[in-house]
Amino acid sequence: MSTSTPNLHTIVSLPDQSTAKLPKRHYINNEHGLLSWLLTGDHKRIAILYLISITFFFFIGGAFAGLIRLELLTPQSDLVAADTYNKFFTMHGIIMIFLFLVPSVPATLGNFLIPIMLGAKDLAFPKINLLSWYLYLAGGTLTLAALVLGGVDTGWTFTTPLSTHYLNTHVITAATAIFIAGFSSIFTGLNFIVTIHRMRAPGMTWFRMPLFVWSNYAASILMVLGTPVLAIAIVLVALERLVGIGVFDPAKGGDPLLFQHLFWFYSHPAVYIMILPGMGVISEVISTFSRKRVFGYTAVAFSSVAIALFGFFVWAHHMFIMGVSNYSALVFSLLTMLVAVPSAIKIFNWAFTLQKGSITFETPMLYAFGFMGLFTIGGLTGVFLGSLGMDIHLTETYFIVAHFHFVMVGGMLMAFLAGIHFWWPKMTGRMYPESLSKLAAVVTFIGFNLTFLPQFILGYLGMPRRYAAYPPEFQVLNVLSTAGATVLGVGYMLPLLYLGWSLKYGAIAGDNPWQATGLEWQIQSPPLTENFIEVPIVDYEAYDYEWLEKKQREQVTTVG
Amino acid sequence: MIASTNPAMHPHTHEAVDHAEHEHVALPQHRHHFETEEQQREAGSFGMWLFLLTEIMFFGGMFFAYLLYRNWYYPAFTVASNQLNVPEGAINTVILITSGFFMALGVWAAEVRKKGLLVIMLILTTVFGLAFLGVKADEYHEKYELHHIPGASFSTAMFTNPAAFGLKEEPLAPDMAQHTEIFFFLYFAMTGMHALHMIIGIVILFWLTWRAHRGEFSSGYVAPIENFGLYWHFVDIVWLFLFPLLYLINRHPLS
Ligand code: HEM
Ligand SMILES: [Cu+2]
Repeated sequence: MSTSTPNLHTIVSLPDQSTAKLPKRHYINNEHGLLSWLLTGDHKRIAILYLISITFFFFIGGAFAGLIRLELLTPQSDLVAADTYNKFFTMHGIIMIFLFLVPSVPATLGNFLIPIMLGAKDLAFPKINLLSWYLYLAGGTLTLAALVLGGVDTGWTFTTPLSTHYLNTHVITAATAIFIAGFSSIFTGLNFIVTIHRMRAPGMTWFRMPLFVWSNYAASILMVLGTPVLAIAIVLVALERLVGIGVFDPAKGGDPLLFQHLFWFYSHPAVYIMILPGMGVISEVISTFSRKRVFGYTAVAFSSVAIALFGFFVWAHHMFIMGVSNYSALVFSLLTMLVAVPSAIKIFNWAFTLQKGSITFETPMLYAFGFMGLFTIGGLTGVFLGSLGMDIHLTETYFIVAHFHFVMVGGMLMAFLAGIHFWWPKMTGRMYPESLSKLAAVVTFIGFNLTFLPQFILGYLGMPRRYAAYPPEFQVLNVLSTAGATVLGVGYMLPLLYLGWSLKYGAIAGDNPWQATGLEWQIQSPPLTENFIEVPIVDYEAYDYEWLEKKQREQVTTVG
Repeated sequence: MIASTNPAMHPHTHEAVDHAEHEHVALPQHRHHFETEEQQREAGSFGMWLFLLTEIMFFGGMFFAYLLYRNWYYPAFTVASNQLNVPEGAINTVILITSGFFMALGVWAAEVRKKGLLVIMLILTTVFGLAFLGVKADEYHEKYELHHIPGASFSTAMFTNPAAFGLKEEPLAPDMAQHTEIFFFLYFAMTGMHALHMIIGIVILFWLTWRAHRGEFSSGYVAPIENFGLYWHFVDIVWLFLFPLLYLINRHPLS
């Protein structure tokens, strides 16, 4: 172990793992049999159940993305008819947003880590946690049912009056699916908030919590307050279809815009549900691999909460061309610019953390760098779109598609992969293969840019979204994009394969392979069912690498 | 783990933990992942409050829609509202408040560990809840007879030609009269959602009554009763907003 002078950044060399052994008893082998998983109350097991299910849906959603890109290889709609194409992008959107991105980090990593990071034995309500997973499954199954029965073609936004009057597809089935999945995320959010308020170990003050916990806390607020509004909007759509009562029907004096207000009141905050937990992952990864406390910890922590609050006041920027008044458009345009500020604060703080840190480039760090670059581009183009004049030109073009894929895929998915790699040793007790996974990270990054950069240009040139056919002059860029999607697909298949492989053949990880400071790294990997043998008492700040080093010196002296 | 490897911990916090462990007699309902029963109880009621917050957002969407449309189609909303049965609505308000009163007594009975009283209070709460639903069903039936249920059978005849129904209302132009359907839709959506919450509540009441009868809440473990009390009062309060909003504020003297 290197000795260091105080107040300088300590360089902690990674420990020798050749002597590491898997612990005899841990949460995976504590009980056996399928039922012990299906009826478990253990937050770690539920996290694994979630991980398996969202991976499944990710690849289904991905298959639809592949079909979409295949159709767009040529200008004519030759692979499938236009209405089938509509079903493709709808299923793609619904599955990716509601069944993958929304639960991605919170339900897997959040579930696994939040209790441990706080020093608790479990979430406050283990049974409700399991219920969330079953609700998720029910929602997922119904979505698949809608798919098998013939699909939906409203777009993931269920835009009225299209969804209520003009389509004869399985809107109600899909709407019910989302309604149910929504309750799954309400319960997850509720569980997190209560746990964070009430279950912290002695000494774990609010400002000692890892930033991952803060950002999940903020996302939970959004889940608890936003999702019910989506639920009611969807119930109204379903009722409108069933009995035709007219709330959204102009012919009867209803107003389709009301649906837009309700839907985006949820769905703008929902985009932050989809990004905040990812930001939390990035904070952990960047701090660990630069061996430095996150610069401006308090600012980063509060910016999460600020995002959660501001996020509720910008929804109308999705409706600029739908006939909201000029004044409200102006106000919402300004508010939209404001909401970018806390996101920018985070980016700057990560950059300052990196500065003069002792940076190493393990796989999670590569993904984190990918996140920072792509999210910045995505966020900046969002600010473009938030300004009225630009938006009216760019809305409903591929520019929008590129914008949100940069934030959601370039941002959140990268963060998710960063987190999965980072905590894989903790979850499974084994390391992933380092060089192969670095390759995957690079392939993903290249594939991503090849897929989505051309779409910015396409959008700027005026190619509208959601059509199966396009003018021939757009073909070159579309072919590029499809080629990129293929590379991206390979980039996503790789982790599936080598992470699966590592379950059996990966090197044994040991307790703290990254020399990170979080409580989760001070216990065995994989953890015990009860996480801690005795209640931990926290007497150090978050990301205190000197504390870690001191602790280890003491351990060495007591052992040696 | 940390505690054992790190000698620099705060001794007093450690003591506090030990202390808390010895203070309580462990109840069978204590879940092992909570350090203390106090913590379990606080977590439970905090969770319940958060859940009610999501419920407020859920109903909030409908209140928003209602107020918006009421603003736009004021004439239609006022005449349609005049067709609601105010006496029955008022009776129901009283019934529900009574039910809430018995629920509050039930919570008190549980806290002072009076098993018999608790069971009686829960039964009374249930009875009044069912009475509310009965009156509501009667109201819905009346709407059915008047063709005020939105959908294919809905008729605006009463609003375009009130005289034929013996009403002293001003007749509405046909396109304004159409908007009464939105009023009735919102009426059914909001009171229907409320009734659904009542039904769920009554199912839980049966379950709680049975558990109370078995004496589960007689030894100081009262969290389920308290939390259900919060839920039941919340449902009451929603009605206290619905009643004036739907039945009262639109009323106007007939010419
Ligand atoms: C950093 C600040 C951000 C700003 C200022 C911003 C701004 C905008 C604006 C103005 C639109 C509407 C464009 C239009 O329809 O004409 C939009 C669309 C969208 N944004 Fe963002 N955005 C930001 C971050 C994000 C994040 C973090 C996500 C997701 C993780 C996201 C996901 C989306 C999606 C999915 C749409 C398109 C919805 C649709 O019509 O299908 N945005 N954004
Ligand atoms: Cu938005």
